[in-house]
Amino acid sequence: MSDTSETILLVEDNPSDVALTQRALQRASIASKLVVVEDGQEALDYLFGGGMHAGRDVSQLPALILLDLKMPKVDGLEVLRRIRANKHTRRLPVIILTSSKEEQDVAAAYDLGVNSYIRKQVDFVQFDTAMKLLGAYWQGLNEPPPKVRSQ
Amino acid sequence: MKGTTILLVEDTADDEYLVKRVFTKINLINNLFVVRDGAEALDYLFGTGAHANRDTTQMPAVVFLDLKLPKISGLEVLRRIRADERTKLLPVVILSSSQEEQDLIQSYSLGANSYVRKPVDFTEFTEAVQQLGFYWLLLNELPLPRRRE
Repeated sequence: MSDTSETILLVEDNPSDVALTQRALQRASIASKLVVVEDGQEALDYLFGGGMHAGRDVSQLPALILLDLKMPKVDGLEVLRRIRANKHTRRLPVIILTSSKEEQDVAAAYDLGVNSYIRKQVDFVQFDTAMKLLGAYWQGLNEPPPKVRSQ
Repeated sequence: MKGTTILLVEDTADDEYLVKRVFTKINLINNLFVVRDGAEALDYLFGTGAHANRDTTQMPAVVFLDLKLPKISGLEVLRRIRADERTKLLPVVILSSSQEEQDLIQSYSLGANSYVRKPVDFTEFTEAVQQLGFYWLLLNELPLPRRRE
């Protein structure tokens, strides 16, 4: 059985942001496997085994979700809402990673139970530093919730 | 926005000393406020008791919360933080030496943002405190404080 406990799920529709994040995580020697989905709907499909991810073993959940806010189809806040509403995923660590500067997005994300909210740094070096700290914190220091056992 | 203060709720003098040492080294010592039991943590946050004169519109950027505390336990403090409009969005990191899975589950269920086990090793503890300080003070974004109605 494949183990996805070291998987990071990146939900991001902008290809250059995906490339930037991939590169930063590699540079930071974050060994986790990065799974990229391009919009909120695909994120839900991946987590709950729908659509093109039908048949995926959904007992295998990522260790961490990096979630953009502004996305086609289903936006990041709605993805977060559904993650927190499902008993198998409600305690999954979710970090909003966005360029949104809107204060109401920050408040809404915390209200829905996000673990942390990170604003994307425009500067390359700063982004690398931020991702290094983010990776070290959530993949090293933080104690994740115990896996929810299949019923 | 970024916050300015970290509230450390810690009753073990050795751990308090270590955290202060690290924060001094990384120049964040002025951003650290320490209370030593659960009741004082609530007094600080809600401006009661010994902290009756504190300006409670100024909330910390994050609370580092031990679980085993005198007077009021860490989990009860967390429950009350999440139950109050003024603090329900406040990031709370459980910082505990507890190895019990039940503590982990309960902390996340009550809405802890993160759970960090205190490393026993001195060097690891130092690194952990550095990462905690940098992450929650410099990287994490906070919601604006709520205006009073």
